[in-house]
Order: sequence, then C-alpha cells, then structure tokens
Amino acid sequence: MSVIYGDPAFDAAALNVATFVPAVGAMILMLMPRKQEFLLKVVGLVTSLIALGLTVFLLLRFDYAKAATPQFVTKVPWIPVIKSNYHVFLDGMALPLFVLSAVVIPLCIVYSWNHWPAPHNPKALLALMLILETGMLGTFIAEDLVLFFIFFEVVLLPMYFMIGVFGGEQRQYASIKFFLYTLFGSAFMLVAFMATYFFASRYGGVVLAAAPFDIPALSAWGYKSVALTAQMLIFAGMFMGFAIKVPMFPFHTWLPDAHTQAPTVGSVILAAVLLKLGTYGFIRIALPVLPQAARQWAPAIAVLATIGIIYGSLGCLAQKDMKRLIAFSSVAHMGFVMLGISTLTSWGINAAVFGMVAHGLITGMLFFVAGSVGERYGTRDMGRLGGMLVSAPKMGWLLGFACMASLGLPGLAGFWGEFPAILSAFNPAPGLNLTLFRTCMVVAAIGTVFAAAYLLWMFQRVSFGTPKEEFANAHLHDVHVEEWIAWVPLVVGIVLFGVVPSLIFSVTDANVQQMVQVFNPKKG
Amino acid sequence: MLHALTPLAAVASGSLDHPGFFVETIWVPFALMVGAFALALFLGKRMPLKGPEFGTIAVFIALIWSIGAGAQWFMRPSVDIAEKSPQSIACISRGGQLPERLPALEHEAIGHAQAAHSAASVPSLPAADAPLPKQVPVANAPQCPEVHGDGHSMAAGPGSHTPPPTATGGEGSAAPTMHVRPYYEKEWPWWQVGDTQVMWGIHVDGYTLVMVFTVALISFCVHVFSLAYMRTDRRKTHYFASLALFTAGMFLMVVSSSALSLLFGWEIMGLTSFLLIGHWWEEYPNARAALKAFFTTRTGDVGLLVGLAILFFAAGRTFNIAQINQMAAAGLIHQGYLLPAAIALFIACIGKSAQFPLHTWLPDAMAGPTPASAIIHAATMVVAGVYMVGRLYPVFFRAFDIASHDAHGALFGVNPVAVIGAITVVAAAALAFVQDDIKKVLAYSTVSQLGYMVLALGVGAWTGGIFHLFTHAMFKALLFLCAGAIGDVVGHSFNMKTNMGGLRRLMPKTFAMFMVGTAALMGIFPFAGFWSKDEILLGAGKNGYLLISAVGFIGAMMTAAYMTRAVYYTFFGDYRGPTESHGHKVEPKDGGWEYMLALGTLSVMSVVAGIINAPFFGLQFAHYALGEAPVGAGAPEPPFNIVYALLSTVFVALGIGICAAYLVKGVGRGLSRKVAPAGALVTFLTKKYYLDDLYEKGVVHFIAHPLARAANSFNQGFLDGIVNGVASMVRSLSTSTYDKIDQGLVDGAVNGAGRGAKGLGGVFGGLATGRIQTYASLMFIGVAALGAFVVALVYTY
Repeated sequence: MSVIYGDPAFDAAALNVATFVPAVGAMILMLMPRKQEFLLKVVGLVTSLIALGLTVFLLLRFDYAKAATPQFVTKVPWIPVIKSNYHVFLDGMALPLFVLSAVVIPLCIVYSWNHWPAPHNPKALLALMLILETGMLGTFIAEDLVLFFIFFEVVLLPMYFMIGVFGGEQRQYASIKFFLYTLFGSAFMLVAFMATYFFASRYGGVVLAAAPFDIPALSAWGYKSVALTAQMLIFAGMFMGFAIKVPMFPFHTWLPDAHTQAPTVGSVILAAVLLKLGTYGFIRIALPVLPQAARQWAPAIAVLATIGIIYGSLGCLAQKDMKRLIAFSSVAHMGFVMLGISTLTSWGINAAVFGMVAHGLITGMLFFVAGSVGERYGTRDMGRLGGMLVSAPKMGWLLGFACMASLGLPGLAGFWGEFPAILSAFNPAPGLNLTLFRTCMVVAAIGTVFAAAYLLWMFQRVSFGTPKEEFANAHLHDVHVEEWIAWVPLVVGIVLFGVVPSLIFSVTDANVQQMVQVFNPKKG
Repeated sequence: MLHALTPLAAVASGSLDHPGFFVETIWVPFALMVGAFALALFLGKRMPLKGPEFGTIAVFIALIWSIGAGAQWFMRPSVDIAEKSPQSIACISRGGQLPERLPALEHEAIGHAQAAHSAASVPSLPAADAPLPKQVPVANAPQCPEVHGDGHSMAAGPGSHTPPPTATGGEGSAAPTMHVRPYYEKEWPWWQVGDTQVMWGIHVDGYTLVMVFTVALISFCVHVFSLAYMRTDRRKTHYFASLALFTAGMFLMVVSSSALSLLFGWEIMGLTSFLLIGHWWEEYPNARAALKAFFTTRTGDVGLLVGLAILFFAAGRTFNIAQINQMAAAGLIHQGYLLPAAIALFIACIGKSAQFPLHTWLPDAMAGPTPASAIIHAATMVVAGVYMVGRLYPVFFRAFDIASHDAHGALFGVNPVAVIGAITVVAAAALAFVQDDIKKVLAYSTVSQLGYMVLALGVGAWTGGIFHLFTHAMFKALLFLCAGAIGDVVGHSFNMKTNMGGLRRLMPKTFAMFMVGTAALMGIFPFAGFWSKDEILLGAGKNGYLLISAVGFIGAMMTAAYMTRAVYYTFFGDYRGPTESHGHKVEPKDGGWEYMLALGTLSVMSVVAGIINAPFFGLQFAHYALGEAPVGAGAPEPPFNIVYALLSTVFVALGIGICAAYLVKGVGRGLSRKVAPAGALVTFLTKKYYLDDLYEKGVVHFIAHPLARAANSFNQGFLDGIVNGVASMVRSLSTSTYDKIDQGLVDGAVNGAGRGAKGLGGVFGGLATGRIQTYASLMFIGVAALGAFVVALVYTY
C-alpha cells in the first residue's frame, strides 16, 4: 500500500502517527542516558512538536463542510476474538479537544525547560508527559469501546507517577486517591461496556453482531428494543466512570488533593485535558449509545451539575492555597459543562464542548501561574502572598487576565462555555422537566457571581496591596522566557475564541446537531 | 436576509437604506478605541507622554465621527407612525416582514410544556393584530405608514423639518401619530448553532447617536483633563489604556443591534470600572472598593443573563433587539415570559445603575482617580442600566403595564421601575447631606439622578428619562472634573470641611464653572437640568403617576439643598485647607489649559444641552432621539407645561433657601451678604429666615439630621451590613461546608470505604502506604461482583 501526499490514506496515517509518535518518543527517551539532559529535552520537545505539526496538518486537511462525517478513518480488525476493531477517526466534536491536547504538551515541556520539579529527573517526567499525550489523543479519536477504554486507562498510570513522584508533601496520599478513585469508576465503566457488548451482539442486528464494540454503529442502534431498566443500569455504569473523571459532585474529592499535590505541569495537564476525557465520554458514548437512558438520567445530572457549580464555588471561598482554590473552581466550571450536556440540546452540548476547550486553556493558564507563584515565593498560601503587582507586575496581570477569563467575562473564551449552557437550560430537550431545568438555570447564573467572588478574591489577595514583610525585599524574577512561550499561546487562544466563537462552534455544530436529533424527534 | 432593511424603505426612499457614511460606519469609534487600548498597552510606555497619545487622538476622531453621524441622521426623512402600533413599526423596519419564526409556537420546549399558554396567547390577540405583516404583502398593508419626505424634503434641511409631534395636541384623539426616523440596522453573522444564526451588528437611531455623542464628548473631555491630572501618576499608561477600553465598551454597548454584544460592552465596562477604581491598588481600601463594585454589579448581571436567555427563546431564538422589541410591543411574547424577563433585566439595571438597594458600591467607587469617576461613575457607565431599559423599552412597557398607572400593574399593582426609581431619588439625596467628601456628595447625587431616569422610564416618560441621561452626563461630568481640579490643589483631599472653603476667590474660574454645573443639577432655568427634570416630573404627572411625580418634586428640592450645602462648604467662608503637604506648598488656584478646555466645554454643554429640547426650539431633542420602539410601545411625549416648570422652580428655590438659611444660622454668618452670584433666590429666602423657624427645625433639621443620618446608618449599617454579612456568612458557610461536609462527610466516605476495605482485607497496610495493587484488586473484586449482578440482571430480561 503506497501512501502518498494527498491520498486519504496519507491523512489517516498522519492521524495515527500524531497519536503514537509521543509514545515512541517516550520509548526513545527511556533508552537514552539520564545524564544527557539537553538531548533528552530536545527529543521530548521535538517529539511533541512532530505531533503538533501533524495536528496542524490535519487541521488544514480537515473538511469543515463535512465536519459531521468521520474523517481520516482507519478501521482494521484488532482483537478478532471479541470482534474489536482498531477504529479511529476525527470529526467535528473530537477535533477541538484533539488539538487542545496536542498543544498543551509542548507548552508544558517548554515551561519545564529550566524548572524541573523535585526530584530532578527530566527523563522520567518527559516520558510521562509523552505517554500521557498518546493516551489523551487516542481517547479523542477512538471509535471502539475497547480501544477507548484502553486509551482512557493509559493516562491513569503516568499521572499517578507524576503526582506520586514529583508531587508535594502529601503526594502519596493524593496519588493513590486519584488512582483508586478513577480506577473505581473505570471498573463500572468496563462492566457497562461489557454489558453493551452482550446486548449489541444479541439485539443489535447484523452490523453490531460483527462489531459489537463499534461506537458509531452502537450510536446508530441506540439500544433500541432493550428494556429501559437495563439501559438505565448500563448508563449508570458509564456515568460512574465518566462522572468521576469529570469530576462531578459528589465524586470530586480526589481532584483538589491531586491538583494540590501534583507538580505544575501535572496540574496543567490534569485540568486542561484529563478532566475532559470524562465529559467527552458522555457526549461521545453515553448519550448517543443510550439516548433513552440519557433522557431519564438527565434531570439527575443537571441537579448534580448545578450543585457542583455552587458547591465548588463555596469550596473555593474556603481555601487558603491557590492551587486548591483553582481545583475547586474546576468542579464549578465542569458543572457548567455537565449542565449543558444534561439539557440534551444542541446549544447545551455545543456550549459543553466550547466549555471544555475554554476551561482547558483558562484553567491551564491559572495552574501555570499558580505554579510559578509557588516556585517564586515558596508558598501558595494566599494569606502570606500579596502585592505581586509590585514584585512581579507582568505575572500579576496575567493572573488577573486568567481570573477574568475564568469568571466568564464576555470577550474571553470562558463566557462561551457558560452563557450558552445557562441559555440552553431554559429550554432543554422535549420531555425534560422545564421547572427543574429553569431552576437550575437561575442557580447556575447565580453561580457566575460566586465565580467572580472567589476569583477576584484570590486575585486581590495575591496581586493587590503591597508585599508582606517576609517577601518585602525578595527579588522575584518576573515572567521568564519559557513562561512567555508557554503562556502566550494560551492567552491568544483565550482572546481569539472569546471574540470569534464560531472558530469552535462551526466545527462542533454539525456533529452536535446530528447527535441531538435523537432527543428531538419532532425536528428530525 | 432576516435582518436586511428592505422593500418598503427601498421603494419609498433610497436614502433610508443609506443614511450616510458616518451613520453606516458608527462602529468605527469602537474600533478606534480598541486600537487605542491595544497600542497604549503594548507601546504606551515607549511614547513621549507614556500612553495618553493614542486614546486622546482616537477619542477626538470618535467625537468627530459622532458629530458627523449625528448630522447625517438629522437629514434622515421621518415617517408617521401611530403610537402603540407595532405593526407599523414592523412595516418600516423589516420591509413588511415580521420575524420568520414566531415565538413560543413552534419551538419544542416552550411548545410542549406551555402549549396551552402559547396557544391561548396568540388567538386571543386583538383582531387588529391578526393580519400580521408576515401574511400581508407590503403593498396591501394599509397600516404601513407612508414615508415622510424623500430626497426633496431632505434638501429642505432640518430647519423646515416637520413640526413638533402631533401628540402635542393629540390629547383627545384616539391614535396620535408621531414622526420618527426609521432606524438603520446592519448585521453580520457572528456564530451559528443549528439554523440559529447569531449576529453582531449596528443598530442606529437617534437614541444611539445621542449616546455615541455623549460618550465621545465626555470621554474626550476626560482624556484632555487627565493629561494634566494624571501627568505624574505612577501608572499613567495603565490608566489611559483602561480609559480607552472603557470608552470602547461604552461605544460597543450603545451601537449594538444584538443584546449579546450589548452584554459584551456592558461587561467590558464592568472590567474597566474594576481596573480604574482599583487604580491605586497598593492601598487596601481601593482594592476593596474595586472588588465591591465589580461584585455588586455582577450580582445584578445575573438578571441580565437570565433575562436575555428568556427573551432569546421567547422572541423566536434571536438576540436582535429590534425584533425582541417589535414582538414585545405587538404582544407576541406571552406575559408568562415577558414579566420574568423584565424583572430579571431590571435587576441588572438596579445593579449597574446603582439603584436602591444595590447602590452602595457607587460611593465607594470614588476611590478611583477623579476623571475616571467622572466618566464611569457619573456620566456614562452607570447609565448603562438606564440605557438598557430604554433600549428594550417595549419589553418593560408591556411587562409592567406602564401605561396603566392606577394599580393595574402586572406585579400586584406595583410598577417596580417607577417605585425603585422614586425610592432611589429620595434615599440617595438624603444621604448626600451627611457627606464631608465632595466626591461622595456628587456620588450620592448621581445615584439620586439615576433614580430620576429610572423613574422616568417607569412612568412612561421615555424621552424625559433619556433627555435627563443626556443632560446629566454633561453637568455631572463637569461637577466631578471641577471637584478633581479642586482636590488636586488643596492637598489631594476631597474633604470639604478640612481642606476647602473660600475657594471662590482662590479659584474663580473653577468656581464659576462649578456653579454652572450646580445650577444645571439643581434644575435652575435655563440650565440643562431644568428642562430634563421638568419633563420627567411632567411625564409622571400627565401619565397619572401623581405620587411618583410628588416624590420627584421633593427630590428636586433636596437636590437643591444638598448642592447648596456643598457649594457653601467648598467655596464660601475662609480657606481651611493646609498650606503645606508632603513638603510641597499648597496654594489653590485654577488649573491649566487642559482643565479649562475640558471644564469649559462641559460648562457650555451644561447650558445648551437642555435648551435643545425647549418648547421654543420645537422639542428638537425629543424628535431627534425618539425611536420606533418607545413610540410603538405607546410612550407618549408630553409637551412643555408652564405649571410644572414653575412648580419645580419653586421647589428648587425652597431647597436652596432652606439649606442656605440653615447653614447661615449654623455657622452664624449671613451667607447672603457675601454671595452675589447666589443671587436673588438665596436673598429671597434668607429674608424669610426669622419668620420661618419652622422650616429650620421642622424640615431642614429633620432632613439634615435624623432622616439623613438614619438613611446613612441604614445604608452603612444595614444595607452594607447585609452585603458584608452575606459575604461573611458565605465565608463561614463555605468554611463549615468545606470542613464538615467536604472534608468530613464526602471525603470521609471515601476514606471510610478505604478503611472498610482495609478491615475486609485485614492484613493490608494503611491507605497511604502505597500498596496500590492490593487495593486495586480488592476494588476489582467488588466491581466484578457488581458487574456480575448487572449482567445477570440484564439476562433476566
């Protein structure tokens, strides 16, 4: 099979290479001597840049007019015994998240360039980041339940080590909590996938009998002619897996610990991409495959999401540690994403995808800055900080920018995750309880005030005023070159998507429309 | 296509489609200011003046642009439309097409739950509403108005333009008609979800252009003033960058055709307000004030988010303001949606426009640089709420049933807009009496005047409210800038009692201009405030809101009184300020050319801004600013009435007189003997002083002492206490939530499960020992059991 430029096979190959080249890079790193730091860094960076370059290539090759149709498809038999295929492709819903993942890792590597968390071991950290990248990219393109599950789990171990080895003082507790909690959810998810296998084989007709793990085929089938109780149980299994990853209230308690203890790049990757694996699972698998069950569960999801918004905000207000505050804010923000998803409308789900990307950029930025603050001051305790606008004005204003973006200021990306989600809750899919969803809408809107409160409170305590006595004479280096390189793309993205939201909506919308048809039979 | 301005307009007059270059490019001032912001931010520090260059030049061009657009709008032919006839509006603006999608009817969710309501609402429309233009071809639509004037009448120019609105004499007639210039709208696609295209674009009518001009002029004056005022500031570049961004946000808000981009401008202003209040963030109180302002207005913004969400669906999935207005005016939005939307939006107005009881942030906001206070917290940003209510007027008019004043209102007979406005007028004015800081007097005065605007909109006096917005911007900016000019030279303080006094001799020019502003604010003939305040009071009275009108008169008296007090402490008596401050000699004197240019321009405006709507000029302002929406909603335009004018003058005179008398007695000197400019009014009342002890003891003492103090302590203790209390409650709630529930219960459950597993496993170590495989396998066992259960269950079906 000759693969030449311009050929569809070439693009498909590019997708696969982009996904697996980081893993290859990680393997090369492992074979290199630990002393050759510069070389290790170059190899790590180049590998991630190859993946990014290929992603840009795919962005250019992507047919936006047919964003709803699978593109760059690879489908080959993989594990014949269980009729599992290696089936990957990109479409409008996956593309923004795929690009986000491919962008975040090089930025993390650049950020780390001269600042490695203790214990100093660039080789290990780089390898972990690259393995994570493959796991994340793979999850967003996987179209087979087994393949999805494997990619989904691939990210678990590197993150566990990242927290457990390079983390803060309570790293062991945090890493184990993270690992166990997510594994616990994954097990439920696996059971649900297995049940789906049996059901699809039996009731799914010829197509599914041949490939009972195939996500597009399962979505087309949508669990027709299966008892609703069974569907609801299976949805509950998937819900456990995805909701813990998101994390939704009340399954979120692993997150603050993991974030607080993780090294900066670990927090960034966790916030920017890993949390999205959960929400992506909902819109890629749980909703399309189990539409009837989704309709039954939607009110519960909406209520939990709304509780999460308020609860996460209250949590934020009680924090002293910057990173812990930002971690709680993730609970609140992912609440908006889940509220959008629970409406089962095109507005809500578009907002959710937008919210995922926006949260990735904004919270990634916040964790970067919080990490740099911690590195400079040796503490992230907001009671001890203050006057950063005096000591390091550029970093102070970047923190202010990220806070403003995070509280959903119109004109910055965060707004488009929040407002359309609130909007969609006014008018959820037919059959859903209007009173309930509209109550959620109002409560969620009130949550935006809370967001303003805790973010500005943090900004005020860290940046305003004059430096406290213990840091009064400390000479802090303002933003480093590596930090600029890592942060500027995020800032640009936050502003660009904030002003031109169609950059994302126009990519995701076709897919989303196709997906919500099943919830909206009238519009068919 | 949905938003194109087409057939009728095109047929009748080509010029309707092309109102002129400046009008069609009214977005340019916004773009200029954004550019100035970016340039100041990135290059400002390298410029010779360190930043003000870009903003000042840009805002000057914007001013010219706004004047050009204003002139072109003057040439625009007007059409007759009958009051309360939304159909005719639709005919003009949409070329005979009502929105393609009607609200609430075909849409799924509204349809399925509220089907009963929606279905009921449409057939029950009056018969006259039935033949919607959608079904009726333009040519056959008798209710479509004729376009007045065409190319010829344009040539005739504004001088020979249509006489004052026929509504003037239309008291008995059934359907008075009004001349209005049809609006111009141009939109571009912004983003799209499904078949719902969200647009951004410009919506131009007289209202827009009045606002653009106001913003450009005030911003220009403030930029020029700041050149001197902020010359040595440590963060000059930041200041001018924020000022440019603020002006951009304001421009964006007033030219937006879409409620969504209006929200953008609204929030940009909130951001820059935050930045400018906290400009000197080293001092804790400033940072706190900045937070308080942002947080309080943000609380109101919840209403904006919710209100827009409701209107979006209720108006057939659009953010287009004109379409929302038309549908609201035509009664096509069910009251079940309209009322909650209007309440929610009004909450946003209460927050942003500092209405009672959310006004407490505004006096604190005076922590920012004074020129910023002048433009943001006096002239423009704080009127954003008023602007929004005026812009979406049919929504409020219908929802609160503003036309019916006699307890038929939608909310248990209470019209919240009028009532909140009236309360704000008095509550804030009373507070102004007990302030020693001149900026705080002006701040409370601003709150009070904003109350007038809201009150006006609440009683259906749309023109009055907007007219007052316009005049107030001029004279309040003038007063603030004067206060800045004074504070600058009396030792950087704004305390009237410790740092001022006797300044009329030391700063004669500033004094004269401050007096112009004061006269305009008090509503003294022929200064600007006289005309606009009078129109509000008259509107309230004529539309049947007699009680509200009475509150307005009392407010006018109080305004006159507190301004008398402020003027007395600042300019009269002897200079009480320091002669030296921080090693520098302090000698109060008038400022340089920057101050004089800015103050002079605003002084002139404080005189002429009102006269343009005087009856002998044919109510030009009303005719100019009035758009289709308020007319279509049925807001009538009351003519000038000499009785009201005299009555309000009497009230103002009373206020001045009582206050002056009190001050004179309290201080033990005869004010009137020293003050020639205070004129006959003061003398007139001063002479009555010994005759009327009652005034002093009964009214002034009561207003100045128990009432005002009570209001102040209510404000500081109760309202502020609630804000602080809520904050600390939330803090303690969240602390205990966090401690007890999050860390105790939820986390405890997780850890408990771990411990349970430990007990089960018996031999395994603690959770944190890292023996992860053991736990993993343990959990797998548990989950596998659950899985077996699921699968078994599954196979029972």
